[in-house]
Amino acid sequence: MDNEVTRPGLRKVGGRAGNPYNPLIDPNTGVPVPDEPADALEQELAAIGAPRPVDTRVIGSTDPREMETGTAGEPPISGGGIHTTGSGGSGPGAGKRTPVRWGDRIFGWLTAGTGLLVIALVGLVAVFLVVRAIPGLADDKVNFLTSREWTVELDNLSFGIVDMLWTTVIVAVIAMVIAVPIAIGIALFITQYAPKRFAKPVAYIIDVLAAIPSIIYGIWGIYVLAPKLRPVREFLTNLDFIPLFKDEGIEDGTVFNAGVVLAIMILPIVTAISRDVFERTPRQNIEAAWALGATRWEMIRLSVLPYGRPGVVSGAMLGLGRALGETIAVMLILSKVGAGNAFSWSIFSGGETFASKIALNAPEFNDPKTTAPYIAAGLVLFVLTFAVNAAARWVVNRRKEFS
Amino acid sequence: MSAPTVAASTSGPSFAAGNGRRKAKDNTATALVYSAFIVALIPLIWLLWTVVNRGYHGLFTSSWWTTDQRGITFRRDGGGMLHALVGTLEQVALCTVISVPIAVLVAVYLVEYASSRLSRVATFMVDILTGIPSIVAAMFVYAALITTGIVDKRAGWLVSLALVLLMIPVIVRTTEEMLKLVPNELREASYALGVPKWKTIIKIVLPTAFTGIITGIILGIARVAGETAPLIVLVGYTKETNYNLFEAFQGSLPGMILDQATNLGNKRYHFAADRLWGAALTLILLVMILNLIARLVARRSKISN
Amino acid sequence: MKLNRKGLTAGLLASAAVAMLLSACSSSGSDEPAGTDSSTTSSTPGSTEPTSSSAPAEAACFSGNLTGEGSSAQKNAMETWISDYQDQCSGASIAYNPSGSGAGVTNFTGGQVNFAGSDSALNADKGEVAAAEKTCGSPALDLPMVTGPIALAYNLPGVDDLTLTPEVAFKIFNGDITKWNDPAIAAINSGVDLPSTDIKVFVRSDESGTTNNVEKYFAATVPSLFTTEPDKAWNLKAGEGKKGSDGVQQGIGGVEGGFGYVEWSFALDADLGVAKIDNGGGAVELTGDTVAKAVSTAKIVGTGDDLSLKLDYATKEAGAYPLILVTYEIVCSKYSDPKVGTAVKSFLTYAAGAGQDALADLGYAKLPADLLTKVNASVAKIS
Repeated sequence: MDNEVTRPGLRKVGGRAGNPYNPLIDPNTGVPVPDEPADALEQELAAIGAPRPVDTRVIGSTDPREMETGTAGEPPISGGGIHTTGSGGSGPGAGKRTPVRWGDRIFGWLTAGTGLLVIALVGLVAVFLVVRAIPGLADDKVNFLTSREWTVELDNLSFGIVDMLWTTVIVAVIAMVIAVPIAIGIALFITQYAPKRFAKPVAYIIDVLAAIPSIIYGIWGIYVLAPKLRPVREFLTNLDFIPLFKDEGIEDGTVFNAGVVLAIMILPIVTAISRDVFERTPRQNIEAAWALGATRWEMIRLSVLPYGRPGVVSGAMLGLGRALGETIAVMLILSKVGAGNAFSWSIFSGGETFASKIALNAPEFNDPKTTAPYIAAGLVLFVLTFAVNAAARWVVNRRKEFS
Repeated sequence: MSAPTVAASTSGPSFAAGNGRRKAKDNTATALVYSAFIVALIPLIWLLWTVVNRGYHGLFTSSWWTTDQRGITFRRDGGGMLHALVGTLEQVALCTVISVPIAVLVAVYLVEYASSRLSRVATFMVDILTGIPSIVAAMFVYAALITTGIVDKRAGWLVSLALVLLMIPVIVRTTEEMLKLVPNELREASYALGVPKWKTIIKIVLPTAFTGIITGIILGIARVAGETAPLIVLVGYTKETNYNLFEAFQGSLPGMILDQATNLGNKRYHFAADRLWGAALTLILLVMILNLIARLVARRSKISN
Repeated sequence: MKLNRKGLTAGLLASAAVAMLLSACSSSGSDEPAGTDSSTTSSTPGSTEPTSSSAPAEAACFSGNLTGEGSSAQKNAMETWISDYQDQCSGASIAYNPSGSGAGVTNFTGGQVNFAGSDSALNADKGEVAAAEKTCGSPALDLPMVTGPIALAYNLPGVDDLTLTPEVAFKIFNGDITKWNDPAIAAINSGVDLPSTDIKVFVRSDESGTTNNVEKYFAATVPSLFTTEPDKAWNLKAGEGKKGSDGVQQGIGGVEGGFGYVEWSFALDADLGVAKIDNGGGAVELTGDTVAKAVSTAKIVGTGDDLSLKLDYATKEAGAYPLILVTYEIVCSKYSDPKVGTAVKSFLTYAAGAGQDALADLGYAKLPADLLTKVNASVAKIS
C-alpha cells in the first residue's frame, strides 16, 4: 500500500505505523485513515477531523498523492509546518543507480573500518575472557551457574555466581528505578518547564554530577550518606514480612545504599541524553499540540515523550551499563557477607557485585588457575550487559516498524 | 477531494467536560517534574558541599598547584598535586585523542550506513562495550600487553588504552542519537543538489549534530577522568611529578585520592583527609572547566539546531 | 545571546569575588595534628612530628629511581621512611605501591619493581622462590623489617578495659557470640560493665596479609575450632567485609558495638579501644614492648641470608602480645643492575637502622635487637 523507495544509504528514521505520526493513507480517497485513537484528546481530534501533526523525519515515500492530499487541502509547507510524509522523496536518480564516487568509497571504507575495529576490539576482549576463563570453568567442582560457593584455591576450585548475579542485578535495578524517572523529570524540567534563562545553568549543574569521580561517590556514599540513611533502613526493616526488607544485620554497607549512590551516579548520563533529545523535538509538533488546546502535560505526552523515547531508552541503557559495571563506588560501599550465610532477598543485606569482587581480588591475580574464576565472572557480566542491551534495542526497534 | 468524513464522536468526553480532570493531571505532572528536580538537587548540593567544604583550603595555596607530594606523609601538611594533575591530564588527553575519532566515525557508520549487516554487528558490539567494568578493561590491557610480554613495564599510557575501551561506547551512543536527530530533509536537500555522501556527512550532518557530539565527548571525559580501577592495575602511583607518560610510575588525581584514603579516618592528623577532598575538588573543577570550554566552542558552531 | 553573555560575565565576576574572599581565609599549610591525644592505650605522642627523624645511618645516598610494591600493612611505615630518607638524599626517588602482598610478589617476580613488601615470606610451594630467583639471577631474600601488631579493636564508649581469649574471639568472629554482655565475655572480664549492645563485626573483604595472620593465629591457638586452612581471604561466617584497613577502621568506629581486627596504628588513629589478649599466660596489653617480646619468640626458618620467620602465635609467654604480623622486604641478593643494588642497599640500611626509631611513633614495633643485627648483616651483603 505504501510505495516507498528508499535510496541506498538512507534510512527512515523515526515514525511508527499505526500512530498519529505516521498515518496510513487510504489509497482510494488519498486521505489519512485515522487509526485507533489512543485517548480522549485524540478522540476529540478525530471527531473534528483535524489534521494530525506528522513527524517530519519520516521520509521515503514517493507517492505523489500523499504529497498533495495529506492535510486535507493545506499546501505542503517545506522546511517546517505540517505536512505528510517527508519532502522531496523522489529526486533524480530514484530507481536508477548512481555511480559511486571515489570520495564516498574511501569514506565508506574508513567508517566501515572503524566499525570493524570496534568489532575486533570487543572480539579480542571476549576471546581473552573466554580463553582465560575456560581452564577454571573446566576445573570447577560445582555448577558455575547455580552454586553459591566461592572457594578459589589451587587445589580446590568450587565457584558459582548466584550470589554475585543477584547482588549485581538488584543494585542495578534499584539504581534504575530511582534514577530513570527522576532523570526524565529533570530533562522535562530543563526543556519544558524552566524559564529559558535557567535551563542552561541547571543543565550545567546536573552535568557537574557527572564530573565527580566514582571513588568520591564511594567515599561520600559510605561515610556521609549511609549513616544518614540509617533511619530509612530502621523503618523499612519493621516490615520484614516482605522478604525484600529483612534486616540482615548489615550496618551501612547495604545493597540499598549502593543502589542509591549508583542512582545519583547514572542520573547525569540519562538526564543529559534525555535533555538533548527532548530539546530537539520539532517545534511544529509542540506547537500543533498547543494550537489544539492541549495542556502542557498533554503536549509533552503527545509530542515530546514519544519523539524522545528511543533516545531516553538509549540513555537509560547507557546508565544501566554504567550501573552494572561500576567498580570502585560499589567496592567501597557494599559490605561483603561472610561465607556460609544463607541467601537473602533483602535489599538491606550486603554482598558483592561482579565488578567489585573482581576488583577486590585483583591484586592477587598471580596464577592463571586462580584468576580464571574471576575472569569467568567478568564474562558473565559481559553477557548480562549484552543481554540487557539487546532487549532494550529490541524494544526500541519494535516500535519502528518500517525501519 | 472531499473532506474526510469521520463519524461525529458521541463517545468520549468533550473538551469542556474533561477540563477539570485534564487540569488536575497537568498540575500533578508539573508538581512531579519540579520535585524530580529538587530531589536531584539534594544529593548534588550535599555532595558538592562536602567536597568543597572539606577540600577548598588547599586549592588556594600556590603550593597546591606547583609542587608534588614528594616527602609528604600523612603526618605532614603541605605539598601539592601537580604530579597528580599532570598524570590525569596526560592520560585523559591521550585517551581522548584516540577515542574521539574512532567513536565518531563508528557512530557515523552506524547511522549513515545502517542497512549493512556489519553495522548491526557493530551496534551489538558497542552495546557490549557499554557494560564492560573498568576493572575488566584494565585486566584485558594487562593480559594483552604485559603478560604476553609485548610491553615491558607498567606505565601511564596503558591506562589511557584501558580508558579508551570505556570512553568509546559513551561517545558512540550519544553521537548516534544526535546524528539520528538531524532532520533527513537536510541530507535529502544535499543529495538533491548533487553533494556526495561523504561531503554531506562531514559538512552538513556532523556540524548540525555538533553540540550533541560535544556533549557526548564531555560525558565521556567525565566518565574516564575519575576511573580508579585501571590505575590500580596498570600503573603504580608515585608522589613525584612524572611528565613521561610512557615510562615509570605516574601520579594521577584518582590515584592520589586512593593514596590519601588510607588515612581518611585518622583523628589525629587530618592532612590526608584535606588532601583527599582537595584532589577530588580539583578533579571536579578540571572536568567542569573542560565542560565550559567545550560548550563555548560548540556555541560558535555555525549551524545551530 | 545577549542575556547569556551578560550572565557569563556576571558569573565570572562573582566567582572571582568569591575566590578572593576565600583566599583570605587560608594560608600555607601548618604542621599541627587535629587534636590532643588522650587515648589511654596509645603510646603515640600527639605532638607535632619532628621535622627530621634522623639522618640515614652510614647512608651513601643514591640518586635515581627505586620502586617497590606490596603489603599495605606497612604503607605508613614505608611512607615515613621514604620521606625521611628523601629529606637527606635529595637525588633519590622512591615509590612504593601498597597494592597488597600478592601483587607485590607477583610484580617482583615479574621484574616490574625492584623490591616487594610482603606479609608472608616467599612461598616455595607456590613456586615463588624459584620464580624470584629466576628474575633476579640470584637467590631472593626475605628480610623482616616491620612488625605490625594487629589489634582486636572495639567501639564501646565507657569500656576501657576488655580482655579476650582466642576461644571467645573466635566465637565472636564466627557469629556464635552476638551480644557484648554474653556470659562468655563477662566471664573473662569480671568487674567490667558490659552493655547489651549487639556486636557488629567488621572484617576485611579484600585479600590481606593481616587476615592471613589472624587466621594463622586462630589455627595455632584454637585448632579444634578453626579447622580450615589459613589464607588471605576471610572465611568465617560473621562480619561485614570492608575494603582495606581504613574500611574496617571506619566501620568499627561508625557504629556502637563495632568490633574487628585491624592494624594497631589504625586503631590508635581512630581512638578505638584495643582488647587485651589472654593466650593462657595472662592478659597482655598491646604495647611496643609486649610486641617486641613476642617477635623474640619467633624462630628464623630462612637459610643463609634469608631471614624468614615462623611466628609463635600460641605463645603463652607472659608479657608477649601474640597477634602480630611481620612484613618482609623481598629483595634480590645480587641485582643484575649494580645501580639498583646500591639503591636498595642504601635504602634498606636506613630502614633497618635509623628508620626503626620512627616505627614506634607510627603504631608499629621495632625489631628486637638480635634479629635487627642479623637483618643488617644481610642487607650489607646486597649488591
